[in-house]
Amino acid sequence: MTPHNLGTVNSDGTRQGLAEHIQYVTVVIGSQLFGLPISQVHDVFVPEKVTQVPLAPPEVEGVLNLRGRIVTAINMRRKLHLKPNDSDQGMMAVGIEYKGESYGLVIDAVGEVLNLPRHEMEANPSNLDFRWAEISGGVHRLEGRLMVVLDVDRLLSSLIEPKAA
Amino acid sequence: MSGAPLSIEWVRAMDDLLREFLTETNESLDVVDVELVKFEQEPNNATILNNIFRLVHTIKGTCGFLGLPRLEAIAHAAETLMGKFRDGVPVTHDAVTLVLASIDRIKDILAELEAANGTEPEGTDRDLIDQLEHLSLSAENAEDAEIDEMAAAMAEEKAAEEVDDTDTYQVLERPLRPGEVSLDELERAFQEAEVEIELPEAEGVEEDDEAETEAAAEVPSKAVAPTVMQEEAKPKNPSAKGKASQQGVSNQSIRVNVETLEHLMTMVSELVLTRNQLLEIVRRHEDSEFKVPLQRLSNVTGELQEGVMKTRMQPIGNAWQKLPRIVRDLSQELDKPIGLEMIGAETELDRQVLELIKDPLTHMIRNSADHGLEEPAERIAAGKPAKGLITLSAYHEGGHIIIEVKDDGRGLNLERIKEKALKNGVTTEAELEKMPDQQIYKFIFAAGFSTAANVTSVSGRGVGMDVVRNNVELIGGSIDLRSTQGKGSSFIIKIPLTLAIVSTLIVEAGGDRYAIPQLSVVELVRVQSNSEHRIERLKDRPVLRLRNKLLPLVHMSQLLGQAEEGDLDEDNGFIVVMQVGSQSFGVVVDGVFHTEEIVVKPMSSMLRNINMFSGNTILGDGAVIMIIDPNGVASAMASHASGTLTDTFEDEQDNEDALVVDADAPISLLLFRAGSDEPKAVPLSLVTRLEEFDVSKIERSNGRDLVQYRGSLMPLVYVNEGDRHKSEGAQPMLVFSDNGRSMGLVVDQIVDIVEDRMSIEVVSERPGVLGSAIIRERATEVIDLGYYLPLAFDDWFMRKEIDSATKTRKLLFLDDSAFFRNMLTPVLKAAGYDVTVCSSAQSAYELLEKGTEFSAIVTDIEMPTISGHEFCESLRRDTRFRHLPIIALSAVVTPASIEKGRQAGFDDYVAKFDRPGLLAALKDVLTSGMGVAA
Repeated sequence: MTPHNLGTVNSDGTRQGLAEHIQYVTVVIGSQLFGLPISQVHDVFVPEKVTQVPLAPPEVEGVLNLRGRIVTAINMRRKLHLKPNDSDQGMMAVGIEYKGESYGLVIDAVGEVLNLPRHEMEANPSNLDFRWAEISGGVHRLEGRLMVVLDVDRLLSSLIEPKAA
Repeated sequence: MSGAPLSIEWVRAMDDLLREFLTETNESLDVVDVELVKFEQEPNNATILNNIFRLVHTIKGTCGFLGLPRLEAIAHAAETLMGKFRDGVPVTHDAVTLVLASIDRIKDILAELEAANGTEPEGTDRDLIDQLEHLSLSAENAEDAEIDEMAAAMAEEKAAEEVDDTDTYQVLERPLRPGEVSLDELERAFQEAEVEIELPEAEGVEEDDEAETEAAAEVPSKAVAPTVMQEEAKPKNPSAKGKASQQGVSNQSIRVNVETLEHLMTMVSELVLTRNQLLEIVRRHEDSEFKVPLQRLSNVTGELQEGVMKTRMQPIGNAWQKLPRIVRDLSQELDKPIGLEMIGAETELDRQVLELIKDPLTHMIRNSADHGLEEPAERIAAGKPAKGLITLSAYHEGGHIIIEVKDDGRGLNLERIKEKALKNGVTTEAELEKMPDQQIYKFIFAAGFSTAANVTSVSGRGVGMDVVRNNVELIGGSIDLRSTQGKGSSFIIKIPLTLAIVSTLIVEAGGDRYAIPQLSVVELVRVQSNSEHRIERLKDRPVLRLRNKLLPLVHMSQLLGQAEEGDLDEDNGFIVVMQVGSQSFGVVVDGVFHTEEIVVKPMSSMLRNINMFSGNTILGDGAVIMIIDPNGVASAMASHASGTLTDTFEDEQDNEDALVVDADAPISLLLFRAGSDEPKAVPLSLVTRLEEFDVSKIERSNGRDLVQYRGSLMPLVYVNEGDRHKSEGAQPMLVFSDNGRSMGLVVDQIVDIVEDRMSIEVVSERPGVLGSAIIRERATEVIDLGYYLPLAFDDWFMRKEIDSATKTRKLLFLDDSAFFRNMLTPVLKAAGYDVTVCSSAQSAYELLEKGTEFSAIVTDIEMPTISGHEFCESLRRDTRFRHLPIIALSAVVTPASIEKGRQAGFDDYVAKFDRPGLLAALKDVLTSGMGVAA
């Protein structure tokens, strides 16, 4: 476990702290770039010693001990219906808090922190895979690539709520 | 203070005061409840009355001080009425009921007050106050019979009590007077109290008249506040005195917010975990200098943990406080006199557990009162005192607390439970027959089970005992009951002292570790395929013979959906024998490590729906581990089982094949007589059918006896040469079928089918007899089927390999059991093979080393020292034998065992009694393997 403190990293000299801008931590899942609002990201860590949870939903990678807290790791590739990661190179996880509980989103790699103006975010294209649309808050057009904004609340509630019934 | 009424400090002080007031008042009210019930029973006990009086008075006083007019008015009216009691006015049931109702109303208002942050709810209590005042007034004015009428009218209650009331009254009138003399001092205290009552009383009345509008309430409360403040000091003195004498410790204790304690507990839990981690690290380094200080840290942590746990401990009496009141109300409602005895109220347990146990206890008391205890008339007829008794007791036992709810009533109605159980379909007549009564009683814990003949407002709605059981199990406890017809019944609840820290057994299954709470673990059994404890199967369901019981088993991995039945090596491992309620079962695990005290952490809400786990925790080595929920396992076992109930019968035949057979294990044998009196035996699994033919059906043709059987002619064979079939009646015979052909072995009598060990003691030279074995303590001839089959058809065995090869092939047959060697060797020989027999892998190795060449090897799997698997694996490692066909013979044939055999390198895997299968397999491997092997 090697937590990196993200602090308030600033990139490209963009202005920060303005309400019309949102800072995103970018992550790569599959080959796609995603962005998580930095306010929701607790830390970034390398998941180690993950204990599998039998009978758990397939998206749940397992549970792990992160500095004395039990964190539920969610395999984002599986959640997004992408092929499992074959390469052996180290997985990363983004730690988030949701309703007082700790979750770790297992992703391929963590990128940088971007400060993006809110108004530049576009709604999901209508032909977006519904399984993606479900957890996507919108899309940012960056230079050369698109960044899907992950809606953390929708992501986690989609995993928790169907079970509550 | 009165000078600066609404300054900020004042408001803040009020907040604190209010909070304090709420806590204190709630406690006081609980005491009043209990005291009032006592008082009703002993109306002449002035001490009790004074206690109540003092408490109500304090409440009233504080309410006035805090500006809570509604509360004050009720408390005042109630106090006035009690003042009359104290003056010698008779205590009636109705009056007490009314005072209790007032107390309830006060509680309701307090609850709302708390919710609304200190604002009294709107509404009027005129109804209650009117009744209270009426009673007080009538007590004053009319000393006599009028009271009855009034009281009855007020409480809208039964005329029937009139007699009772007059009774109490007379009892009362006498003793209170002498009481006055002896209680001089208290009397003086009340004299003082009396004075201050006068003031608010005067105001109170006006206030009440002007109704409860908030505006009106504001004014008097402010006006009253200072006056009451000064007076507060006075009544406090006697009350303080009283307190000091009762509970001298009170000033040595402090109130601590529960949250603070919870936090402390969490931190200690973390500390325990960290300590465990450190211990784990040190365990890996033998000579660590940390060892000693860590030991010290460990001890201190342990003590700290215990200390913090203690702060959370509360006497169970706290959960019982409301019960006397409930019993009293029930007694009235049901019109039965009921006594409640409480033993061990000082027994302490964790407050979290305490909270959770309150409701189930209340429910059980209600149950006992309602349908446990009989009507008074019935009781008297049964020679019992008219007053029923419910006994509630608590005590510690190990790390648990035992709570028992006992009544001296009629006991559970066994017949009605049976009836209901059948109606609900939870069991069958046949099962009921065999069940001990105590087990039948336990059906009342099943859902939707109420035996109360009538649904009353108290109980009988059928959502009773199952809810109680669920609640108890939820906190890791168990519930049991005993009942004796006519003597009463008792419920025994066993719960852990605390929920925070659990002692668990760490086990491994499917490569993962799991924690099983020790509470539900009864014992551990080690299983090995050739040891005394062996897993057997009934219709694919694993079971274990444990002492005199058959224990249902389930493999942990299968329970957790990680492996299919049959994929598992069930021959080796450990069985964790668990008990949940009355249900016992075994969970098969791959390994057992150690026990560990763990701090239960709740599952993430994403995983909370998995019934199999009750939580998770961090182990000493830092890994997260799941905690198995015994209740989840028990219900999974139950649902697992129900699927097999229906088809049990049709598959009985199959079971015989599945039955594990081993030379040393009991096998099913068919005993019969033929020719002589000595019993003869044949393994039942070889027999296709038992038939009886009318002798007239036996035809003779070509010098032999035949019967028409299933459309073809079946030759009959006699056990001894020269035997004849019966001359008339039915002729029993054993039918052996194979590949569409059948043979009938004529016998005189079929004696029995027995399960017994079969070891052939004396090997026979006589054809047709394998030897003699002791079966059912009698010497019994075990017949050699291999001899008789060719008698029916000369080519019985031959025809199989006629087409395979003309060349005689050399076979090595390896089996440690003499029985099977004797049984199969003739079969193989008859099939045209040149058979060499070995009784162990060692001798087989020697033969092979000597260079003896074989076309194929047939070997048993279950052998001591070197198993068939090991034998095969070692041969496969040798280039000379890499392609030698090897066939496994096993008593256990499951997909898993076949897979294991395949991995070991066997070409085929055949059940021991599957003679045709063995011959077919041999033929297969010899024809296909020919080119390669040569």
